Amino acid sequence: MSTFTGNKALQIEEPLIFEMGQAGRCAVDLPEPPKVKDRLNGLRRAGEIGLPGLSEPQVVQHYTRLSQKNYAIDMGVYPLGSCTMKHNPRLNEKVARLPGIGDLHPLQPQSTVQGALELIDQLAHWLKTLTGMPAVAMSPAAGAHGEMCGMMTIAAALEARGERAQRKTVLAPESAHGTNPATAASLGFTVKPIPANERGRVDLAALKAALGPDVAAIMLTNPNTCGLFENEIIDIAQAVHDAGAYFYCDGANFNAIVGRVRPGDLGVDCMHINLHKTFSTPHGGGGPGAGPVVLSAALAPHAPYPWVVRDGEKWRIAEDGSTVTGAPIGRLKAFHGQTGMFTRALAYIMSHGADGLKQVAEDAVLSANYIMAALKDVMTPAFDGPCMHEALFDDGFLKDTGVSTLDFAKAMIDEGYHPMTMYFPLVVHGALLIEPTESQAKEDLDLFIAALRSLAERAKSGAEAEAFKAAPRFAPRRRLDETLAARKPVLRWRPSNTFKQAAE
Amino acid sequence: MRYLPLTDVDRRDMLARIGAKSVDELFRDVPQSARLGAKVAGLPDHQGELEVERAFQAFAAKNVSPAVAPFFIGAGAYRHHVPATVDYMIQRGEFLTSYTPYQPEITQGTLQYLFEFQTQVTLLTGMEVANASMYDGSTGAAEAVLMANRVTRRHKALISGGLHPHYRGVIQTAARWEGFSAQVGTPDVDGLEDLIAGIDKETSCVVMQNPSFFGHVRDFAKLADACHAAGALLIVVVTEVVSLGLIKPPGEMGADIVVCEGQSIGNGLGFGGPYVGLFATKEKYMRQMPGRLVGETVDADGKRGFVLTLSTREQHIRREKATSNICTNAGLCALAFTVHLTLLGEAGLRRLAELNHAKASQLADLLAAVPGVKVLNQSFFNEFTVRLPKPAAPVVEALASKRILAGVPVSRLIPDDPAVANLLLLAATETATDAGMAPLVAGLKEVL
Repeated sequence: MSTFTGNKALQIEEPLIFEMGQAGRCAVDLPEPPKVKDRLNGLRRAGEIGLPGLSEPQVVQHYTRLSQKNYAIDMGVYPLGSCTMKHNPRLNEKVARLPGIGDLHPLQPQSTVQGALELIDQLAHWLKTLTGMPAVAMSPAAGAHGEMCGMMTIAAALEARGERAQRKTVLAPESAHGTNPATAASLGFTVKPIPANERGRVDLAALKAALGPDVAAIMLTNPNTCGLFENEIIDIAQAVHDAGAYFYCDGANFNAIVGRVRPGDLGVDCMHINLHKTFSTPHGGGGPGAGPVVLSAALAPHAPYPWVVRDGEKWRIAEDGSTVTGAPIGRLKAFHGQTGMFTRALAYIMSHGADGLKQVAEDAVLSANYIMAALKDVMTPAFDGPCMHEALFDDGFLKDTGVSTLDFAKAMIDEGYHPMTMYFPLVVHGALLIEPTESQAKEDLDLFIAALRSLAERAKSGAEAEAFKAAPRFAPRRRLDETLAARKPVLRWRPSNTFKQAAE
Repeated sequence: MRYLPLTDVDRRDMLARIGAKSVDELFRDVPQSARLGAKVAGLPDHQGELEVERAFQAFAAKNVSPAVAPFFIGAGAYRHHVPATVDYMIQRGEFLTSYTPYQPEITQGTLQYLFEFQTQVTLLTGMEVANASMYDGSTGAAEAVLMANRVTRRHKALISGGLHPHYRGVIQTAARWEGFSAQVGTPDVDGLEDLIAGIDKETSCVVMQNPSFFGHVRDFAKLADACHAAGALLIVVVTEVVSLGLIKPPGEMGADIVVCEGQSIGNGLGFGGPYVGLFATKEKYMRQMPGRLVGETVDADGKRGFVLTLSTREQHIRREKATSNICTNAGLCALAFTVHLTLLGEAGLRRLAELNHAKASQLADLLAAVPGVKVLNQSFFNEFTVRLPKPAAPVVEALASKRILAGVPVSRLIPDDPAVANLLLLAATETATDAGMAPLVAGLKEVL
C-alpha cells in the first residue's frame, strides 16, 4: 500500500535543496556591510550564483531527514571488514572543539600555540612507542596519503644510495588494498604480484625468488587483508632487507595488534596508521582521515616537513627553509596535518591507556574469532585456523543456491545490519569479510550471528533465491541502478533535470 | 573500561565457544619474539572522562584562542563565524559514524548531501562538474596538476609566484617524486606577474591563485586564452572560497580546473585541518578526475536515488592504473560546507562576501595611515599585503606578546628571501571589529 506523500512513517521523501529554495529566504542574519570603495579590480560577480534560499528550520529538517536515511555505527553492528567501524566516543568530539584547541589558526605565532604543538608531540610519542619505531611523519591527510608519504621516503632513501633508477619494482600480494598498487605506480614503480600460499599468507619461497637488485620495496598489510597474521613476517623482513629493499607495512589493520605487538619488532621500515581505524576518529561518511607514518631509522631523515621539535619545555615547528634538517621528501600538505583528528585520536588513546589498548586488540580478535566459530558450519571460512580482527568467508556456502554474495549482503540490510565488506580481498571468491571490532556487546554479536545463520539457511534451502534478489525491501531505497549512473552520468542538479517524481 | 562492552564472563564464554584456552592462543601466529608479554612499557594506563578532559583543558590553556585576541591571520585559512546549526548537524551520529557510502540503499543521506555539495561547488566556481571533495586545497592543487598532465600528456607545469607557498611546495613534492617538472615563478608581491610569456608547447598547465597569496584580484581571461592556444590547461586555485560570493567565478574566465580550499565555509580553523578541498572541471575532463563522484540514478521501484559512480577511475577497481590513489574524501567537512552554504543561500553568501570586503577595506585604510606602513594592493578581497619599515616576523611576535594576532609574516612561508622579509599579510573577515582593529593600529605604531 502506498501513501499519498510517498513517505513511510519515519522515512520522509526529501527533495534536493535546489528544489526547495525561495528567493527572499535566508538562514543567517548578517549586518548591512559598511559602504566602501570597491577594490575588486572590476571583477565583481554579475548574475545569479544559483544558490537556493532556505530558512534555518527548513535546513535543520532537510539534513535531519537525510541523516535518517543512513546506517551508522551509532545504530548497531557495522561489520564492514577492513574499515574498522568501532565506537566513536563523543568525548573526542568535545575536546576537539574546546576553545584554544579547535579554533587555533595554523599560522599563529608559535608562542601562542605551545599547547597545540605539545599535543601533536604527545600523540607522536604514543604512536612511536606503540609501534616501536623511532620517528613519525604526522602530516599525511589519510591512509592513502600516508602510503604515498612512506613510499616517497623509500624512493628518497634509494636515491640517496644512488639506486633509485635501478630499483623500480615493488612487490605486493594480490590481496593488497587497491591503494598499494596505485601508490607505487604513481611514483613510477612497477608492481609485481607475489603469490599467497594455501594458508592465505605470503609464499616465502616465491617472495625470495622475486627479490633481486631491481626490487625497491615490498608493500604488505599485516595483519593481512584476509584477516590473518603473516606468521613468517620476520623472515620476510629479513629477506627483503638482505636484498637491499625496504619493507612498507600497510597499517590499516594495526587495530588488531595495538598494545600487543610492536611493528618495529617485526622489521618494518614504515607503516601508515589510519587514525579512524585504530584510534576511533569518526569515519564521517568517508573522511576526513589522518594517516601518520612511522619510520625506521633508515627512512627517518626523509620524513616530510613540517614536524614538531621539543626544546626543553618549549615546542617549535620545523616547517620550511632553514628550520628543516635532513633530506626530507618535501611538503605533503598545507599547514601541519589533520590536527583536529590528532586531538580525537589522543583523547581515545588517553582514555584507554596502555592497558586498555591491549584489551582493544584482544577483544577485537576475540569477537572476530567468535563470529568465525559460530558461523563456520553454515558459511565457508576462506582459511583454517584462528583469524585476527576479521573473519573471512568465501561464497562456497552459496554455491548452486542462486544467491550471490551481493544478494546475501543486501538481505542483511533488511535484517537491520550494514553488510560486511564484499568481494574484497580479490583472492577469495565472492569474499565476505566480517569485522565486528571490540565495540559490540556479546548479546548483540549473538543476535547478529543468529541473523546470519538464518540467512545462510534460507539461502541454502534453494527456495528463496528470488526473495534474496529482491532485497533490500525495507531500506529507504531498493537496489539502485549503478549501470545507468555510470552510463549517463548526472553529477549535479540543474533546473532542467529536476526529477519527474519530485515535481509530481 | 567504558568503551569495551565485553565482560570477563563474556570473554570466558566466547573463548569456550571458539575452543581456545586463552586469548593468547588466538595470537599464536605472531612470532614468539614479537609477542609482548605485558602491556607496552612506558605509557600510562586508562583514564576517566574527567581526567582526559582536564588534560585537554591544560593543552588549551597554553594557547591563545583567536576568540580572546584581535585577530587578522589568513594566508590560506580564515576565521569565519560558523552557525550553530552546522556543528549540530555534523555531529548527528548518522552522519558522523557512517562510512563511505558503499551500500547506497542505506546511505542515501550521505550520497544526497554529497550530490548537493557537488552542485554547490559547480555553481560557486562556474564550472560544469565537481567531485565529492579532496583532502584540502593544497593536495587538490597537486592532484589537479597530475590530472592536467594526464589530459595533455605533457609533463611541465608552470606555477605562479602568487600561489600559496605551501601549495607550491605540495606540487613540487609531487613533481619531484612522481616525475614531472614544476617551474615556479618568483613571489608575485605586486600582482603584476606575466605568466603568458612562460607558456610553451610543452606546458601541461598553468597554476595560478585568485585572489593571489598576496591578495591581488586578477583577470585571467587572457591567460586562459593563451593556455588554450598552446594546448595547456589553466588551473585556478582559490584559498578563500567566500570570495566567490563577490568575485567573477573562475569558470567565467576560462579556467579548466578549479581547486578551492573550502574551510572558510562551515569548517573551523582547527590548527590547520581537517579541511575540505573543492575540485571542479569541465565535463569533457570528467573521467580524468581524481576522487569520489556521486551520481543520480533510480532504484528498482523507479525512485530517484544516488550512488558512487565512475569508480572505474579509482584505485579499488583500477589498482595500478587508477587516476589517483585517493580513496577517502573529506566527507564530514564537505557536509559542514554544504550545511553552512545552504544556510547562507544566495543572499547570505553575497552579503557575507560584501561584509568581508568592507572589513578588509576598512583595515587597509587604517593601516595605510600608520607611518611607515605601505599597503601594496590596488585590489583585494579580504586579505592584503603591507610593507613594514622593518622585518615583519619580530613585529608579529612583539604584537603577539600584547595578545594581538596581527597577521602572517610572509617570511614564515617564504623563508630566506630578503625581498619579502618586511612583508606582512593581513586578513579581515566578518569577525573583525572596530574594537579589534584599534589595538592593532595602536600596537603597530608602538612596535614600529
